Amino acid sequence: MAPIAEWLFLFLIFPGLLFTVVVGLTLCWVDRKVTALVQWRAGPPPGQPFWDVLKLMGKEVIVPAQAWAGGFLSLPFVGLAAAVLAGTFVWIATTGMAPTPGGDLIVVIYLLAIPTLAVILGGAASGNPLGAVGSSRDMKLMLSYELPFVIALLVAVFQKHEIDGEMVAAGTLSLSGLMEFQGDVGSILFRPSGAIAFLVALLCAHAKLGFVPFDLAEAECEIGEGALLEYSGPLLGLFKLTQAVLLATLPVLLVTVFWGGLDPTPLGVLAFIGKIVLILVLFVLIKNTNPRVRIDQAMRFFWGPLTALALLALVLAQLGL
Amino acid sequence: MAASTPFLVRALKKSPWVFHVGTSGCNNCDIEIADCLTPRFDVERFGIKLVGSPRHADVMLISGPVSRACKEPLQQAWLEMPEPRAAVMVGSCACSMGAYRDAYSVAGPPDKVLKEVDPDAKYIYVPGCPPKPETIVMGVVKLLGAL
Repeated sequence: MAPIAEWLFLFLIFPGLLFTVVVGLTLCWVDRKVTALVQWRAGPPPGQPFWDVLKLMGKEVIVPAQAWAGGFLSLPFVGLAAAVLAGTFVWIATTGMAPTPGGDLIVVIYLLAIPTLAVILGGAASGNPLGAVGSSRDMKLMLSYELPFVIALLVAVFQKHEIDGEMVAAGTLSLSGLMEFQGDVGSILFRPSGAIAFLVALLCAHAKLGFVPFDLAEAECEIGEGALLEYSGPLLGLFKLTQAVLLATLPVLLVTVFWGGLDPTPLGVLAFIGKIVLILVLFVLIKNTNPRVRIDQAMRFFWGPLTALALLALVLAQLGL
Repeated sequence: MAASTPFLVRALKKSPWVFHVGTSGCNNCDIEIADCLTPRFDVERFGIKLVGSPRHADVMLISGPVSRACKEPLQQAWLEMPEPRAAVMVGSCACSMGAYRDAYSVAGPPDKVLKEVDPDAKYIYVPGCPPKPETIVMGVVKLLGAL
């Protein structure tokens, strides 16, 4: 296969757009179903997120009169493309389809920031005052969680381990490299440093997904969905797809970096699915037991305790714990 | 209705997102609407979701007679909803003005107010003071059946 065709296949079908969207929407359903069970309800049927997106694709697109039409229309595509690219990188590394180039961890961190940027700019481009409030909150939230998120991921890179009396670290910024290192020395999650870093990264991923205690950018009952307020029909559907792709990417990134990734045996695949669902259920439980925080509380939480914890984990990792 | 293909109509029936507008009713119908979301009735089983913006909605629940102050915001919210769209008039006041008939402060029942800006507006009446949650769910189901 010509490289271009191969890249397109990787990006559009497996493990790119099609695959991550299907997995993501299924995980969305798990999220809604578990939420319903927590609230003692029956919850939606399995195909619900698929029907939601299909329905949105058939609706009318309305561009508000006061909006910057070019940005308003193009940003959902930018967000989805970046999320799918990040998902492709993470899944290629996790499934071991191809050895990933060094530094893809950094690429993924950057790509994961773009969907949020698309939401921020889209909200600002809509020209709606509530959209602007949502955008500004999302921007502050992003500034808050990126710092501890990056430090927590670095713990996996700098984690030292004693082999033959010598302290070695993974010392690589490639996701495949991190998985290989964990294959040699065991999951980073089961060390004190790794457990702390995993917790921090989990909470940051939670905020990245915009789930409840940190959903202040989309607070539907105070600022009416915030930045997404003016989006309708297919454009809103694209943002929902972006959300689904992120949901299919972030837990996998956490598993790859901290929890050994995917072992390509039937049992390993089952364990992998179990890990993803476990992380998702953790997300849902955090989501359902916490009220929404204010933006100043969120910033204080991420820059205070979580950054301190992440730094502590980094020190522990240097000591080889 | 813009959703012409049977497949898109099916998708619409599977996930009607609802935006709730209280047009100066007595709040009783609004409480019954909130009841539909509780574990006992749980309308999320049918994919019905309450959304915060008319831009995201397919169905508008209107409760109460339309007061003069509410007339323009209601019309504006209706026009902000993307096609295909439909409305449910919840309660006696929204259906036939109820106790507010001939009052000086009201601009008319919501169906007339919607017809002023959108002659093709589709809606269904759910009478009752207030209607039971079962009735409201049945109203939405009948409306979707008629699409």
